[in-house]
Amino acid sequence: MKTRDLTELAGRNLREALLRNSLTTLGIAVGVASLVAMLSLGVGLQQLASKRLSRSGLFDAVFVSSRLNQRGFGRPTRPDPATAAPPKVLDAEARQKISVLPDVVEVYPEIRFPTEIQFEGKPFSTTVAGIPASAKSDGAFDGMKGAFFSGPNVDEAILQIEFAKDLSTQPDSLIGKDLTLRYAERQPLPAEPSAGKSKAGADGTTPHSAETDLSPGFSIVPREKIFRVVGVVETEPATGFGGFGRGRLLIPLQVAETLRITQANDLREILRGTSSKGNYDSLTVRVKGPSQVKSVEDAIQAMGFTTFSLLDATKSLRQVFAVFDLLLGIFGSLALAVASLGIINTLVMAILERRREIGILKALGAADRDIRRLFFAEAAVMGLVGGILGVVLGWLIGSALTFGTNVYLRRQELPPIDLSSIPWWMVAGAIGFSVAVSLAAGIYPASRAAKLNPVEALRYE
Amino acid sequence: MTETIDEIAIRTEQVSRSYQMGDALVRAVDDVSIAIRSKEFVALLGSSGSGKSTLLNLIAGLDRPTSGAIFAHGRNLAEMSSEDLAQHRSHTIGMVFQAFNLLPRMTLEENVELPLRLAEVERADRAGRVRESVDRVRLAARLTHRPSELSGGEQQRAALARALVNRPTILLADEPTGNLDSATGDAILHLLREINESLGMTIVMVTHDRDRAARFAHRIVTMADGKLIRDGTRP
Ligand SMILES: Nc1ncnc2c1ncn2[C@@H]1O[C@H](COP(=O)(O)OP(=O)(O)OP(=O)(O)O)[C@@H](O)[C@H]1O
Ligand SMILES: [Mg+2]
Repeated sequence: MKTRDLTELAGRNLREALLRNSLTTLGIAVGVASLVAMLSLGVGLQQLASKRLSRSGLFDAVFVSSRLNQRGFGRPTRPDPATAAPPKVLDAEARQKISVLPDVVEVYPEIRFPTEIQFEGKPFSTTVAGIPASAKSDGAFDGMKGAFFSGPNVDEAILQIEFAKDLSTQPDSLIGKDLTLRYAERQPLPAEPSAGKSKAGADGTTPHSAETDLSPGFSIVPREKIFRVVGVVETEPATGFGGFGRGRLLIPLQVAETLRITQANDLREILRGTSSKGNYDSLTVRVKGPSQVKSVEDAIQAMGFTTFSLLDATKSLRQVFAVFDLLLGIFGSLALAVASLGIINTLVMAILERRREIGILKALGAADRDIRRLFFAEAAVMGLVGGILGVVLGWLIGSALTFGTNVYLRRQELPPIDLSSIPWWMVAGAIGFSVAVSLAAGIYPASRAAKLNPVEALRYE
Repeated sequence: MTETIDEIAIRTEQVSRSYQMGDALVRAVDDVSIAIRSKEFVALLGSSGSGKSTLLNLIAGLDRPTSGAIFAHGRNLAEMSSEDLAQHRSHTIGMVFQAFNLLPRMTLEENVELPLRLAEVERADRAGRVRESVDRVRLAARLTHRPSELSGGEQQRAALARALVNRPTILLADEPTGNLDSATGDAILHLLREINESLGMTIVMVTHDRDRAARFAHRIVTMADGKLIRDGTRP
């Protein structure tokens, strides 16, 4: 029999026992729906988590430090006698070299310092952190009031909400106001004539030009700078490792760098006798994506620096999610397995009811194969319709869950999330799986129908 | 009259079909050898349980003999695969039953079309074939009716149209008038006779009615206890 005739006959047979077949199809739909709902929840949570994590900067970042500092931290790594080269210093040149490595998006130092600000005549002490431009896409700034820095080099500040509350009872009203930042600037002591040419002021001076200041020390000068508040952010942005960036007053990183703030390692370097030509304690390297972390890490290590990343942590995290998905999938599949029993039951019932019809078809020239295909077609149609219905139903369940969760989150004054996600592969996969399971469920009834003895089926009752 | 293979539509050679019922062996058809010529109209008589239906089903290829051979136009059904037997039923055999056996949810037209679907006849050719067949049994006015909306005689005519639609060479009828009153039954028999004569179709018809058999068939074969006991050509 041709496929079209087969489908027509199958559709006709399904319509004949409409209630029973609808219920069976509904059973499949419920099975598929629970599968889809479970999986979409799994995928949704995974996407949510990995989005948050990648935005947190933990998984696409490489933390670079000099081996010099490592020893300084009391973790002696014996210098390789074969190379015996002095440990590389993490200076502006190294930063430049790292920044041109393939897949590197941004290289920035940790700039974070305690300071005092002056606001409406009153002093407040706080911690300032330099925020890289890439942090704009950071999840931490999603729900912020006001706006992100208008440029990388502007004298603008974003306040962390708690600090903003210290400044004013109405934190939102702070946006647009100015505050004065007081800080200690490191000024190289002029020891060489060239140093005299270097700009005396802090503004616009980069570590590059500072390289020329081969001074034996520096002086510390108190300074002031006015910043305009452009935003208030709820969460504390933690862009990097070890609480880097955990400041309460956030300013553009480039601005923070030009301030030439006295940092902790300056003092250490003075004591060690190493120059203060703007070496970094550590650098954070932002990589295009977690998959490129390994190659960038290797390249930086080859340059002679120590690196650290959370690559391994991502790996085990992905494993956890794979297992999570698998478990959810198994529960969903169980529901579908129960539904497939419904198919078997329905089709076996149909054989009993349609004994005579099967006998007639055989008498009219139907081969066993035709009967088998007819039953398969009926199972497939139920699987297809059930699968489509199930995907819709599963989507509804997922949406309902997301809706319910968001109602709860809103009450807790938390930002809404997208809990379930149904990608196209899941739609296709669920329908395909539904049809496959239905066909498998049809094997037994179909072969039983095909084997039916027509003579007995036709015997006059 | 000389007999050639071509002229023999059906030949059985010592065909037996037995059923094991517990300890007893039921010989439904017991060592039957018979030759039926093309275009012949044979009536199969015999008391209930004598094996008429069983023999008919063997010829139709719906059942396989326990022993012996059955030839339809020279081809041995015993050697055919079940797929080939389905082809044989589809292309060579047309069947009608006492119980009509129309599919109740299909219209007359759809019922008649069914063998064409099974035989994979092109869609474009089907309507014409259905029409031709339905015209032959004079049911053109009832095309869209369901079996329940037809009288017994009309239902049997519909079944006959369905049996003819794929142009078989052999028509097997198992008590086609068993469920009909005598006038309606006569009409069916006239129709069978007409089909036999105009289409030259070989007909084997099971009946309990010796009178009618004598009136319509060319030849009367009688069975008892699975065996052929009489084979008489009408004078
Ligand atoms: N599947 C079966 N199992 C056991 N015995 C069977 C089976 N089919 C037929 N028989 C037996 O074979 C014998 C012949 O049956 P069959 O139906 O051919 O008789 P029949 O001549 O057509 O009778 P009727 O005139 O009542 O239709 C009967 O005794 C019947 O009981
Ligand atoms: Mg019988």
